[in-house]
Amino acid sequence: MELNESIKKTIEETFQKIKTQASELWQGTREGEAPYILVGTATCGRASGSFEVFKAFKEEITKHNLNAHVIPVGCMGHCYAEPLVAVRKPGLPSILYGNVSPPAATTIVKHFLRDDNFLPELMLAALEPNDFLPSIADFPRFALETRTILRDFGIIDPENIMDYIARGGYEGLSVALQRDQETIIAQVLASGLRGLGGAGFLTGKKWEICFKADANQKYVICNADEGDPGSFSDRAVIESSPHQVLEGLIIAGYAISASEGYVYIRNEYPLAVKRMKAALQQARDLGLLGKSILGSDYNLDLKVFEGSGAFVCGEETGLIHSLEGKRGMPRHRPPYPALCGLKNAPTLIDNVKTLANIPFIMLDSAQAFAALGTDQSKGTAIFSIAGKINNTGLVEVAMGTTLKELVFDICGGIPKGKKFKAIQIGGPSGGCLSHDFLNTPIDFDSLKEAGAMMGSGGMVVLDEDDCMVDVARYFLDFTQKESCGKCTFCRIGTKQMLLILQDITEGKGNPEDIEVLLDLAEAVHQGSLCGLGKTAPNPILTTLKFFRDEYEAHIAEKQCPAKMCRKLISYYILPEKCERSCEVCVGSCPTEAIYTAKRRIKAIDQEKCVKCGACLDVCPPQYSAVVKFSPADSVPPAPEKLGEEK
Amino acid sequence: MTEATKTTEEETIRKEIHKLLQDFSSTRENLIPILQAIQTTFGFIPQEALRETAAFLKISLGEIFGVATFYNQFRFTPPGKHPVKVCLGTACHVRGGNIILEEWERRLQIQEGKVTEDREFSLERVACVGCCALAPVVQVGDIVHGKMSPSAVNGILLQCELAKREEDKTHNGTE
Repeated sequence: MELNESIKKTIEETFQKIKTQASELWQGTREGEAPYILVGTATCGRASGSFEVFKAFKEEITKHNLNAHVIPVGCMGHCYAEPLVAVRKPGLPSILYGNVSPPAATTIVKHFLRDDNFLPELMLAALEPNDFLPSIADFPRFALETRTILRDFGIIDPENIMDYIARGGYEGLSVALQRDQETIIAQVLASGLRGLGGAGFLTGKKWEICFKADANQKYVICNADEGDPGSFSDRAVIESSPHQVLEGLIIAGYAISASEGYVYIRNEYPLAVKRMKAALQQARDLGLLGKSILGSDYNLDLKVFEGSGAFVCGEETGLIHSLEGKRGMPRHRPPYPALCGLKNAPTLIDNVKTLANIPFIMLDSAQAFAALGTDQSKGTAIFSIAGKINNTGLVEVAMGTTLKELVFDICGGIPKGKKFKAIQIGGPSGGCLSHDFLNTPIDFDSLKEAGAMMGSGGMVVLDEDDCMVDVARYFLDFTQKESCGKCTFCRIGTKQMLLILQDITEGKGNPEDIEVLLDLAEAVHQGSLCGLGKTAPNPILTTLKFFRDEYEAHIAEKQCPAKMCRKLISYYILPEKCERSCEVCVGSCPTEAIYTAKRRIKAIDQEKCVKCGACLDVCPPQYSAVVKFSPADSVPPAPEKLGEEK
Repeated sequence: MTEATKTTEEETIRKEIHKLLQDFSSTRENLIPILQAIQTTFGFIPQEALRETAAFLKISLGEIFGVATFYNQFRFTPPGKHPVKVCLGTACHVRGGNIILEEWERRLQIQEGKVTEDREFSLERVACVGCCALAPVVQVGDIVHGKMSPSAVNGILLQCELAKREEDKTHNGTE
């Protein structure tokens, strides 16, 4: 299809007009005389009170009659230090402050904005290298991270389309609309971009199939049904830069000639839903969405659809069924949705992070993208990291970065000096990789080979206190609840595996259980239709492969080596370590199981103890008198209660 | 409840639903958005609402019930005034989410999935609210509380109690 030169000109002119306007606005707020304050207001920030901080800044600035902008932004990636605030005052280095409370906000306004005092006690680092303050460039995290998709995160206001455009947004769309569809698809193919939703299928290939499908009506869908427990990267992307995803989706729609589409977001993410809805409206108002986009003859109508909380709807055929108002049960593939999807029309479904890559591929050439990463996995990977790790948050690294660099250099290792045990990648479909795999590069194929998978970008780090049998039980509990029930093996097999794992964690395991688990795992994998059932046994298989000794200890010795399985442990207060006059454990116990024995030593009544671990948490570190024993009956007898000795 | 009050209650529900259905066209694809709108209005999905929706979309009640029960979002009993959702995602699990859930069960004296007698609190577990960096997490109403501990449960309960007292005071004051 040859594009008419005059249409190309209209597109370019229409876009440039918007862009000029956006640049002017940007200069007004970010490049003018007035200082500005950026407050992280994604869900992590809000849960830590960033909303109150935002208000405090506004109030204090009005009080002192200062001229400064307070701008809400998205996720800056450092969830461990939320609420995060970046302050820029022209002429001084910009400062990043962490763990900001409303009182700290008033201090920052008074001392930094008014009196030019940097407040080193509150700051994390300066944002630019300078002569007198440590800057973020001095931290390994910033040296090792490759922020391409996340480059505007924490800088732009996610609810303001003009911010995004001023930073180069929608330029990719303008460029794409001036090209024919084959060129765009060839460009995506050349970039080597693979789907970041889990399976890692070549994105350009999928577009090509859908483009070639012959139909009057086609659909394009952004899959933001991020159901994996422990993963929040899709949420953070939408909450921080919704337009980036939207732009990718519109380009995808144009490439395959879709006329309608959906952004499918799970309802558990109310802020992401709200911001995406606002983004659609703003794009419509500027003529970037709807009829005759940017003056071209391409029309696309997009809607937000809220998923109703079924994990299996992340699977594309399940998702389609739920869009059609049915139970979200997956169906057999082929035919793939690219040929026969929503209402039997060709449907292109891409993950949030995949689409967020598209604007860059359109702008910076495909070669620039392909230069990042490894041979088979191009570009970057975005991970949300949580669990037993110092610096939780959102990280973007080039493909090929090793797990070790990610865990220890970028995220600061394991808290409280504990030992690293495993890293769980890919949620319930993925696996746990042990210490031996720390040198594995992060890319689709290496992770798969190791037994895990890229999955949807969630990583949970486990330390020596985490029991691998319990982790497997946890994931089986999840998949068993979320199984839609269509395939017998998935429906009944996951239940049986869960029951066996439950028995093992309660000390009721039998020696033959491990073999039965392996048999069932194979059967469930073979006998299930969709990804949920096929991958459900992965947590069991990987933990059995790398931590078989833990299973055996549970079964043979009724002992939990990590001292986590509550039926197999007892808490005990070491008399020689107990400080005696400190009563903090007594107050912490929810069931009044701690009593005072002779010489005011504290002791635990095993009958009453519910093994919540509150006493262990509160016992001051200089005493560390509370310990765990496993097996449960190996605990020494408790001393007599005071007053009962006579 | 007498028969008469029950019918008037059903009547109000029906009226509300009719108003709400005006925003939708009568196609099957709208089923889930309609159910979501009903839940937003009432906090749960009343039986009457399912019947009205079935008539509106011209599909059987059984079919609608099948869809509604498939998804975790929909509930068929009214929630408490403060719905408590304890996150048991992976990160929350390894950081002791189940201990937090038990603490709520002890404090509220109800099991997970139930509502307290005074209808102040309802307690449920959710798979993941996506705040894994702040694990363990509890959502009370619309507010997400991060880095929870068993003792923090008491704090939240106290806050709700104080808010209620304050409310009662102003309520009684105006009367």
